[in-house]
Amino acid sequence: MANNRIPSGPNTPGSQQTPTQQGIKIFIQRDYSEGTAVKFQTRFPPELEERIDRQTFEHTIERLNEHFEMAETADCSTYCEGCLACLTAYFIYICTETHYEKHLRKVSKFIATQNERVYNPRGVHITDPILRGLRVIEITMIDVPNCQSPTGNNTSIRHT
Amino acid sequence: MASRRVTRKWEVFAGRNRFWCDGRLMTAPHPGVFLLTLALICGTCALHFAFDCPFLAVRVSAAVPAVGAALFVLTLAALLRTALSDPGIIPRAATAEAAALEAAEAGRPPPRAREVLVRGRPVKLKYCFTCKMFRPPRASHCSLCDNCVDRFDHHCPWVGNCVGKRNYRSFYTFVVSLSFLAVFVFACAVTHLALAARGAGVAAALHASPASALVAAVCFLSVWSVLGLAGFHTYLASTDQTTNEDVGIFRSCSIRFAFSLSSLTTERFRYFFAD
Repeated sequence: MANNRIPSGPNTPGSQQTPTQQGIKIFIQRDYSEGTAVKFQTRFPPELEERIDRQTFEHTIERLNEHFEMAETADCSTYCEGCLACLTAYFIYICTETHYEKHLRKVSKFIATQNERVYNPRGVHITDPILRGLRVIEITMIDVPNCQSPTGNNTSIRHT
Repeated sequence: MASRRVTRKWEVFAGRNRFWCDGRLMTAPHPGVFLLTLALICGTCALHFAFDCPFLAVRVSAAVPAVGAALFVLTLAALLRTALSDPGIIPRAATAEAAALEAAEAGRPPPRAREVLVRGRPVKLKYCFTCKMFRPPRASHCSLCDNCVDRFDHHCPWVGNCVGKRNYRSFYTFVVSLSFLAVFVFACAVTHLALAARGAGVAAALHASPASALVAAVCFLSVWSVLGLAGFHTYLASTDQTTNEDVGIFRSCSIRFAFSLSSLTTERFRYFFAD
């Protein structure tokens, strides 16, 4: 207890849980083992065992991590975009969005699709990590026995 | 048919920032000094364009007002982008997450720091009692704005906002372009007075264009601090540090190794040019 060392690798406990009105919430923490780039732990939380299979979950997290890796990779076109933005005194961003913002939109779309096709029908909902400042992935296990989508019920999950 | 009013996120924002234009723009709680910065830059440049430019456009080159205008637009755009945008505020932990952290400690408040291994090196993540979360590496809490900011550099009253990950590039552009602008405007004012004094004498030149003297004085007084700041931030950027880190906390080489993206110099400047 005096040593609060929590190694952040793929085999470490990365989830915390708490019961709320909507159901149990699980938090997948960041994986810092390879640096400070955005990457989430792929360790499968045991609380999800009865609802989702391990492979599906790991596939989702790995795809998310790939998206963020692409967002943070800089190639020639990103450098040119940055230089052009500076030369136009950043007015170019009135018309376009940055490379990172494009990828964040892709992440949101990916999560929405995964929720709709895979997770919501099994009573699980994944919150977009950007809504939590890219710190955690919040997974809600919905208590409703009919397993309806939480987005249809506006009293359940309010993102503030 | 009654219209349902939607509560915007900025209306329930927990920090002390002020929002404008229905949440599209944000500043620190007291942006008074920022208005002073704006007034100084716009006022000095207005005098420059009104008094120095007509004289110099004829006597030296028509490029003088063009260059001045380009520098002014770049400086102002960078200043507004730095001052009115999100510096990289990390949202506070939602109630459920804060409760989960406390539950993990069996009811006691969470420990002050949690150690993680970043590339095999231990780094302490500090617990923020206001935001109720363990701050990511290189984040810091700004007491003026009452937010945790990612890659926190400093709170700049001149710009009326924190400087952090999301607006550091425009802040650097602002400081560098302002130094060029200050030097350029100063040079133009002095050239104007020198050319006018050749014919009529210094006293007559000053009497004919007192605004040039005022512009020269303002630029002379401000250029040292702006140039110094530009040089300091160039050093910080090239060594991949923030002002907050340079001040004294992160002296350990192991922490610098853990944070550095790569040993290549190009990777250091990636932060500036690629987004």
